[in-house]
Amino acid sequence: MLSRESSATLMSAITAFLYREARLQDEHQYEAWEKLWTDDGVYWVPANGADIDPERQMSIIYDNRSRIALRVRQLMTGKHFTQTPQSNLRRLISNIELMDEQPDDGDIAVASNSLIFESSLRDDTLWAARNEYRLRYVDGELRMASKKVILVNNDKAIYTLSFLV
Amino acid sequence: MNMMTGVSPWERLIRPDRVHGSLYTDPDIFEAELKNIWYRTWVYVGHESEVPNANDYVVKSIGPQSVIMTRDEQGKVNLLLNRCSHRGNQVCSFERGSARSFTCPFHSWTFANDGRLVGYAFPDGYEGQDKAQLALGRVTRVESYRGFVFGSFAADGPTLREHLGGAAETIDRLVRTSPEGEVEITAGFLKHRVKANWKFILENECDGYHPAFVHTSIFGVADSMIGKLYGGASTALTRDYGNGHTEIDLRPEFRKRDAPMSWFGTSEERLPDYTARMKAAYGDTAAREIMIDGTPHVMIFPNLFIAEIQMFVIQPLGVDDSVQHVTALQFKGAPDLNRRLRQQTMGSVGPAGFLLADDSEMYERCHRGVLARNPEWIFLGRGEKRQRQDELGFTVGHVTDEVPSRGIWTHYRNLMEPI
Repeated sequence: MLSRESSATLMSAITAFLYREARLQDEHQYEAWEKLWTDDGVYWVPANGADIDPERQMSIIYDNRSRIALRVRQLMTGKHFTQTPQSNLRRLISNIELMDEQPDDGDIAVASNSLIFESSLRDDTLWAARNEYRLRYVDGELRMASKKVILVNNDKAIYTLSFLV
Repeated sequence: MNMMTGVSPWERLIRPDRVHGSLYTDPDIFEAELKNIWYRTWVYVGHESEVPNANDYVVKSIGPQSVIMTRDEQGKVNLLLNRCSHRGNQVCSFERGSARSFTCPFHSWTFANDGRLVGYAFPDGYEGQDKAQLALGRVTRVESYRGFVFGSFAADGPTLREHLGGAAETIDRLVRTSPEGEVEITAGFLKHRVKANWKFILENECDGYHPAFVHTSIFGVADSMIGKLYGGASTALTRDYGNGHTEIDLRPEFRKRDAPMSWFGTSEERLPDYTARMKAAYGDTAAREIMIDGTPHVMIFPNLFIAEIQMFVIQPLGVDDSVQHVTALQFKGAPDLNRRLRQQTMGSVGPAGFLLADDSEMYERCHRGVLARNPEWIFLGRGEKRQRQDELGFTVGHVTDEVPSRGIWTHYRNLMEPI
């Protein structure tokens, strides 16, 4: 159990980290965003609910670390037409909580909500999600060991989701 | 037929090497397509493996209509319309489950999972009513081919086997990828919506001209071998099977490689369990041939696209509103292969897929593009002079040629002309 002071300090560091991640995503700073991941990072956007088994069922995104790198490299080519031109994005991050159940391995379980406004060639699209993170200190810096993005409408037919969510 | 000119409007809109842009954007044409194509011909609905047990159901669609695919207590697959025979309320609001009956929440009418009305609330108000007259609506004809269930709203017309014609052989080829000869659809569907007409999707599935350009971003960074299959020097073929079914036949390229499982970017050594089971099932020689040739790349008109490792089902909702339902193909008795198929499918398709996000971008840009009125036409003449007949009499062309689009539009016109 953390003391009140260290808990506040940790919360402040986590909040700053999540805001920074959101800004890097909104501004398409792909390489800087990729650096936020640990070497074993897993980026998961399930389909058809929050609790599917991603090893058995289709997910919208289920990237291991090398596939995260591939996703970033594709975006960096400038020829990933769905993001050429890039979507204009702004997202709000809120309801940041340290979860009651903390992993035994020292990672920090954090959750937040996000509301993302995307303006693309197609139209304007509003996305809403619950984000569940496992964060880890690596060389004194917070990093993402996993990020799970549970879109509110992930059971429905959704438009192309080619920005970093 | 226009009585004044004697010329069918479809003849004006569909020419041998070009089609009119309004075919993709005119709401009246979309309504006519629902009537003449989606609510008449054979449309793929679901797979028998999605309802493996008695009383299983899964909600599917034919165009905008919601269809409940059930397996009743006798084991028969039914395609029921999700509409209470009383006042039209949807009787099923869940995507899948197990149910002997469906009770409408509006006035508690209850239907067996074979569609029969079995009861209604306060029955004394219905004295003398024959319940058999008030069953759930159903898709008029239901037939399946190797587990793939199709429905047709037309009481008469070609059988499913007649409709599939030469393309049935591609499904035969597909199921042979399983050591037990069966496909299983068990990995759940991604549902990818596009603001574009469904025919942009239909035509793109066997368009071998676009991958080198639309997918250059991923081919460049992933060391993919796919790009070469669609290059100018490729020996792969486009094929028109008739009845709107089209194929990209990659076997000539895979046979040149002469390496089992190369079609999937892997090898026998990496899939020892699968390889052993295939050899046990088919014998060494046939197993080797199957594992060299790979799975088909075939678009079964109007909505079932088997894309080597995954399966798409195209659903039109409106003239500029379509959904691609997509899942990894799974082969019975091939767990190690199936795992890779799921991983590759998740990477490449769906709303965030490395390939399909760019394809879908093209569909949407094409739809907005053809709203411009000059030139009026979509030009589909590529390879018209060099197409030929294969040994079975089907038209084939170079992998980048527009043989498939021309085949689709020929069939489309036959369906849309007044009978």
